[in-house]
Amino acid sequence: MSNWIPLWLHKLSSPPTFYRFAGVLRPWALALALVFGVIGLYGGLVLAPPDYQQGDAYRIIFIHVPCAWMSMFIYAIMGVSAFVALVWRIKLAEVVAMQSAPIGAAFTFITLVTGSLWGKPMWGTWWTWDARLTSELVLLFLYLGVIGLYQAFEDRRQGARAAGFLAIIGVINVPIVHFSVDWWNTLHQGSTVNIFGPSKISWDMLWPLLAMTLATKFYYAASLFLRAQTDLLSMESGKDWVRRIAASEVDQ
Amino acid sequence: MNALQVFFAMGGYARYVWPAYAVFFIVLIADSIAPRLRRRRELRQLRARMARQEARSAGCILPTPSST
Repeated sequence: MSNWIPLWLHKLSSPPTFYRFAGVLRPWALALALVFGVIGLYGGLVLAPPDYQQGDAYRIIFIHVPCAWMSMFIYAIMGVSAFVALVWRIKLAEVVAMQSAPIGAAFTFITLVTGSLWGKPMWGTWWTWDARLTSELVLLFLYLGVIGLYQAFEDRRQGARAAGFLAIIGVINVPIVHFSVDWWNTLHQGSTVNIFGPSKISWDMLWPLLAMTLATKFYYAASLFLRAQTDLLSMESGKDWVRRIAASEVDQ
Repeated sequence: MNALQVFFAMGGYARYVWPAYAVFFIVLIADSIAPRLRRRRELRQLRARMARQEARSAGCILPTPSST
């Protein structure tokens, strides 16, 4: 009945098709990221009122929380693609998994630094070994471990397999990060925004947060597309389709 | 204080809020520049290799490039 979906996926997973697909979508993803980013920043920094407890310091939330969500979201994508790559040996899944790692590490780093900058005025400390902060730091080390392991191998596909294993094992940390504020007594506050049930935040503050969430999602898509395209070029450098691209494209 | 000064003062939290936003932008800009540089390098290497192969098939010997 609906076998066009697996067929389409199969076709999409061929490197030249994906290269073209990513090239078409990338400018749109980047444009949407910028549009939502500008709207979200204007809403968050200018329109949203100050918090009744935290004053203007809470405005860090508009980057801290979307980046924290991305750090977990990208890890999940990386884990699933690494699993697909290990089981079905799909080259594209390997590329997606390995190229997601640096973007995820970047978002995790931003989460930790902005959290620290928020913690100092509110808690009186830059860092504390509470469950949320520690598990997020472990997430950063997992990303760095995946990147390092991938690069430690001479053979790229072997490296991707080893790093993929580490990525899959590390998936266990994602629910730990998410539920740490419920499972342990943490200095870090609990969830403010809930998908199921009412959020504990006013609409004036919620919509810029959601706009920034969309902006970071689209940014990830754009960055992943560019990284995957580049990786496919070097992976398939002997193939005709890559040679045609190299011959036709001038240095930008 | 005018409105702009009030905005930049961030209710006294300017030295926490603005560095946080700076880190956000610096890291993401670095993240978008890195693959562009790599892409340019890959294409340059590939073109150099293609030129060598073409030269070899044409029957002349090129000096090996000092850095590829």
